[in-house]
Parts: sequence; structure tokens; C-alpha cells
Amino acid sequence: MVPIEIRDVSLIYDTPGGKVPGVKEVSLNIGASEFVCIVGPSGCGKSTLLNIIAGFLTPAAGEIRIGGKKVDGHGMDRGVVFQDFAQLFPWRTALGNVAFGLEMKGVPKDERERIAHEQLRLVKLDKFTGSYPHHLSGGMQQRVAIARALAYNPSVLLMDEPFAALDALTRDDMQRLLAEVWRETRKTVIYVTHNVSEAVYLADRVIVMTPHPGTVKTEIRIPLPRPRNPLSVEFLDFQKELLRHLGYETGAGEPAKANGKANA
Amino acid sequence: MTETKQSRRSLVRGTLAVLGAAAVYEAMARSGYFAPALLPTLPTIGRTLVAMVVDGSMLEHTAFTLYRVMFGFGLAVVVGLPLGILMGRFQRVENFFLPLVSALMPIPSFALVPLFMLWFGIGNLTTILIVFYAATFPMMFNTWSGVRSVNPLWLRAAGAMGADEHKLFWKVIIPGASPFIITGMRQAFLRSWIAVVGAEMIAASDWGLGWVIFDAKEFLNTDIMLASLIVIGLIGFAFERFVFGSLERMTVLRWGMMRTAKG
Repeated sequence: MVPIEIRDVSLIYDTPGGKVPGVKEVSLNIGASEFVCIVGPSGCGKSTLLNIIAGFLTPAAGEIRIGGKKVDGHGMDRGVVFQDFAQLFPWRTALGNVAFGLEMKGVPKDERERIAHEQLRLVKLDKFTGSYPHHLSGGMQQRVAIARALAYNPSVLLMDEPFAALDALTRDDMQRLLAEVWRETRKTVIYVTHNVSEAVYLADRVIVMTPHPGTVKTEIRIPLPRPRNPLSVEFLDFQKELLRHLGYETGAGEPAKANGKANA
Repeated sequence: MTETKQSRRSLVRGTLAVLGAAAVYEAMARSGYFAPALLPTLPTIGRTLVAMVVDGSMLEHTAFTLYRVMFGFGLAVVVGLPLGILMGRFQRVENFFLPLVSALMPIPSFALVPLFMLWFGIGNLTTILIVFYAATFPMMFNTWSGVRSVNPLWLRAAGAMGADEHKLFWKVIIPGASPFIITGMRQAFLRSWIAVVGAEMIAASDWGLGWVIFDAKEFLNTDIMLASLIVIGLIGFAFERFVFGSLERMTVLRWGMMRTAKG
């Protein structure tokens, strides 16, 4: 797997109300096979940054290198998973969705179906290969999306709040599953979330961003052994530290602020 | 409820509606308020229909009309579908065609019949072109809307997985726009029938259901008129049920992109 270098990346949105800075001079180095979470309040540009890395947006300044190669548009070295369940193609079965990237690569039918089967087994959906997305639950659809992004074997996996629209129990299952998938595949992962406990559960390193314009505020390494116990003292300490960086008060008995905007 | 039970019930409901309409008509025809020559009873219409089927004339007229409809409709799909896709996908194509299309669309195809008769004479060519004119715009407009309503996430996801413009067309945009494309086909087919009957009344000689209806007026043969209308209705029903209905069941209903009405 490959490292990612992000150097002085800035982006300005041209809106009807004038120019709005999206992200400003973001620099990050991400190691090969590292799992990095980017957290920040909504509107801080974390999704924008991910979209720049994915190649959907072109930065106004700075550059991104993946495995030493400069990013220019989207490419098959990156797999992308979005938050919206509707990202799957409704006219394709789970298997057909997962095989899509391989089909684009020109992999023969038997071969791509074999690989798609394998990927669906990895996300524990081998019983649902022939199902259309509208017959699958939200959690299952997101698992298909993960399998689809992994199927053509990109070295980097980019995930934009993939579990944010799921209920809490399903989300916990998904996080466990993703941790397992990552252990097996060892992809370099950039994962955007606003969920602090999710970040502590998944990441080797958490990047905290400030809003307007989005810049890197600080980063926290999470050296906890895996699988992590979300109820352990260390886990909760990391959560508290992250919340503090995000501007939430976490003192005993004090109610948390409604949002992090005041301090952030 | 099981599927067969449900389909049997829907069949019963549909039949009831048809029988109800027939009963209302029959009651009016037998009420004595109207001249039987103007409002023939259903058995009279039925006998005329059977006679025309048996002597082969109805089949021949129907075949002519169907040929014109299918030819014109087919042409409309071949032209309207790609044009609609290009208009929805490329701003330049949209800029180029939209004003022209917007100006041409509200012109009733029927208003073109006299002109087309002078240009192309009486017969198949004129009727087919009228059908083509009537069917192209709904095909194109629906496809255009369909392409613009394709979820951008599908395009992003497909792009990230290495789909080029050609693959996007066939593997994402066409299936993604399919609910609109099928609606476009339906509307185009409907307009085709409206256009063909109108065109045949003036611009066809000796053949076609429209011609039959118009010709029957000369001899006050209301039974022939109504028999022809029944044939048109039956063909419409068959196409809706077996062509568009099946197409929908095999695609957008199966994919959950459209749903059946609530049970």
C-alpha cells in the first residue's frame, strides 16, 4: 500500500454570495496502510478535502501525491465510499455493483464475478449477491458500497461519513466490520466523520479540523491495541481529548455545549 | 396476499370498470331518446365487428394503421432517445436544440397534415411522418429530463471506478434515466395513435382505421365507427399491458426505481 502526501492544499468555493474558502493550506502526510480519521464540526471542509483527494474537486493551490504520483482527476488507485445509500446502482444486483469497477477495467466476466463474490464474503454478504439494493437494509447497502470500492483493489480507500445515516447499533457493527476489513486488506484509509467515538475506534491517527476556512488544528495518535474496547478508560480519555479539541466542554456534571462553534 | 390472488382481484376490478362503461352505453342506446342509427346497441356493433374481422377488412385496416404507428414511433425513438440524452448531457447540444424544439413542440401534428399532403402526397409516407413528428417530442423531452435527474452520486461513483464517457452512457445514464425513458415511450406511443388516426382521416386513401372511421360517416355507419374505436382501444390495452407493462416489470419495478400503487 502507498503513502499520501497532501501539501498546502487550498480550495475556494465560488458561490452566488461571493468567494467562500473551503479548505486552507492543509498539509498532511499519511503513511502506507495507515488509518486516518478526519474530524471536525460540519462545514469545516473535511468532505471537501476528501473530494479533493478523490479527484472530484481540483484544489486552487497545493498538490496531492499518492504513492509519489500527483493526483489529477479521479483514478483507480482510490476507492470511494459515500454517506448516501443511493450511491449503489439500483439496476444492478449486489454482485453487479461490486463487479462494476472490474468491468470498467476490462476484467473477464468469470474472473470479476469470482472477485466480487470474495469481496462480498469479506463484508459478510455472500448470501445476498443476487439481491437488488432496494431489497437490502441501509447497513447492507453500505457494506456493498465498501465491497464495491475494494473490488478493483485500489491502494487507498476514501470514506465520507459512510455510517452517519445508520442507527447506532448498526453503526457499531459496521465499525467492527470495517476494522476487520482493514486488518485483512491493509489499505491506506482516509475516513471523514463527525463522530468522535467512531474516530477513536477506527483510527491510527485522528486529524482535527477547524471550520471557516478548514485548516488542520491538531492531530492525535491513538496507540490503543485492536480490537478496541469503547468502554475502556483509555478509550474514553481519547474521546474526551478529541471533544476538547473540538470545543466541547467535558467537565463532570457540566452540560456539553450545544455545538462546538463557540470555541472552534 | 399472494401474487395470483392479487392479480385475479385486479383483473376483476378492471373487468368491472369495462362492464360498467358498457352498461351505461347500452342503457343510453336502448333508452329510446336517441336514433338507433346514431347510437347502435352493443350487439349491433359486435356483429359488425365480427363481420369485418371475418371478411378480413378489419385486419387489413388494422395492419396498415399498426404499420404506420410502429414505423413512425420506431423512428421517433431512434431519433428522440439519443437526442434527449445528448441534450441532457451536453450544455452545447441543449443550447443548440432547445429553442428549435420548444418552438416545434406546441405545433399540433394534425395542423401539419395538409402541408405534408402537398409535400409528400397521400398515403404511408405522410402518415408515418406525422406520427414521427407527434412522437419524437415526448420521447426527447422525457429522456432529456431523465438524464438531468440521474443521481450525480452514480456518475461520481462510476467515474471513480474508471468509467469513461462511453461506458457512462450505456452503464449508468441510460439505466439511471430509465423511468423517464419508459414514460417517454408510453407518451410517444399514445401520441402516435392520436396522430395516425387524425392523419389517416385526411391523408390516407382506402386503408387504415382512421380512414375507415372517416369514410363510415358518409353512409351513417356509426356501428363501423364504433367497431373501429373498439379495435383501437383493444390494441392500446394490449400494448400497455404486454409491452410497456412488461418492460416496466422487467426493469424499473424490479430495480425499485418505481413502485406499484399501494395495495
